[in-house]
Amino acid sequence: MDVILDGIAEAFRLIAGLDTEVFEVVFTSLEVSLVSLFFAGIIGIPAGILIAGHRFKGRHALMRLVYTLMGMPPVLCGLIVYLFFMRRGPFGSLRLNYTVTVMIIAQTLLILPIMIGLTVSAARERQEKIRRLARTLGAGRIQTMKLLLWELRPGIMTALVSGFSRGISEVGAVMIVGGNIEGKTRTMTTYISQLKGMGEFERAVAVGIILLLLSFGMNTLLYHFQREKLED
Amino acid sequence: MKRWRMLSLCLTAALLAGCSAQTAQDTEKDTAEGKGAAAEAENSTAPENAEIILATTTSTQDSGLLEEILPVFEEETGYTVSVVSVGSGEAMEMGENGEADVLLVHSPAAEEEFVAGGHADEDGRLDVMYNDFVLIGPADDPAEISTEAPADAVAAFSKIAQTQMEFISRSDDSGTHKKELEIWDACGIVPEGGWYIEAGAGMGAVLEMANEMLAYTLSDRATWLNLDLDEDLKIVCENDESGILYNQYGVICVNPEKNDQINHEGAKAFQEWIVSDEGQDLIGRYGVEEYGKALFTPNAA
Repeated sequence: MDVILDGIAEAFRLIAGLDTEVFEVVFTSLEVSLVSLFFAGIIGIPAGILIAGHRFKGRHALMRLVYTLMGMPPVLCGLIVYLFFMRRGPFGSLRLNYTVTVMIIAQTLLILPIMIGLTVSAARERQEKIRRLARTLGAGRIQTMKLLLWELRPGIMTALVSGFSRGISEVGAVMIVGGNIEGKTRTMTTYISQLKGMGEFERAVAVGIILLLLSFGMNTLLYHFQREKLED
Repeated sequence: MKRWRMLSLCLTAALLAGCSAQTAQDTEKDTAEGKGAAAEAENSTAPENAEIILATTTSTQDSGLLEEILPVFEEETGYTVSVVSVGSGEAMEMGENGEADVLLVHSPAAEEEFVAGGHADEDGRLDVMYNDFVLIGPADDPAEISTEAPADAVAAFSKIAQTQMEFISRSDDSGTHKKELEIWDACGIVPEGGWYIEAGAGMGAVLEMANEMLAYTLSDRATWLNLDLDEDLKIVCENDESGILYNQYGVICVNPEKNDQINHEGAKAFQEWIVSDEGQDLIGRYGVEEYGKALFTPNAA
């Protein structure tokens, strides 16, 4: 158990000492997960609102698919993306494997179902009312969408934080498509698994703690937004 | 009527499962407390503590060797071997922490240190087999190693550094990584720069990566042959006469005094078996059929 305590001490040493290797890894993690979250968000949130607001054939089947993909093992997602971007794969000529770009593609695919699924859940019950309100106010399409986004923001925030957590904490997909290359595609999670492999347990725990602190920060932000909603 | 039969069948099955789970638990508790007499009397053929944890390098696993020889050992002795395949560095770390029973690794210098540190049992490390390292590169060989330095590892590495062709390093403290560093050291080069890619991954993953990036990398011959990547990659340097590419494997039983969970008897059985004529013979035959040549050469004393 000493390892964990030493790891906590090491974490603060790394943060205080601005350890460049660790900061590089933290930066790559944040870059990959936040950019993925951005793309998954601008596609997934409007898609979720549209799905929740319209009845169409195959909607139930579609939602079952989305909910299934929400539980997609990251390692499988990584494998599929890897196969598509392999030199011999359909997009091989782009030579994207082992780059940050392909890591973002893999994580976007991983986060997207969460954004859609949670937005649909948040919008399903309330969007009808909000739409009616928008209509009585004489709002246009874009204004209606804006109002929906604003009114549904607690649910959307939950989706955003869940999506971010999924991205920042997964190791399977980024390991396969990124390859844990130092200074290039190494993220906190792949670094932890490598450090464990090298027997450097304290440092591994330290990086893990930095990861947890970041997640804590994101959740604090969410809490803040939800509180605001309650006080409305 | 049918339903009742089904129900009673289910109940019996559940009961049986419950009972056997109970016995399994009891056996575990008994052995853990060091009084497995009852369990022993019940079952005299199977070893009392049948599970052995073997910590080994990724190369023995990725090359397919263990898959071939372990079932024979398990069949003969009744032991079950759980293989944890990691880098040599981690395998020895596991031994040091008493997390493994027996080690099969390839980093002789580090192994001697391990034995000297008192982490092994009285037999220390025993030679098991060897294979060799090969320098892998893209088929068109832009650094022109296969023509200019086909059997000189130091010259080959120097050429890679000079031409700044991409080279992927395991960077994971494994036996292969240590060997790579040893060669750079012999060149008097400290590898760094955009061409030197530090992957932090296992042998199979790094070879895949080299195949995708068309880069150079150092691999053990067995994993290289087993991965079948010779369409775009090839061996550019091998059989260095100085012996620097030589790759010796050793087997070490972890010191049973580390904790009472260590299955020393099982470890000993495995060690004795792998250096026995039978084990050595199996090793020597592995790969002959598939690759036309054995992947490992047995050399136990």
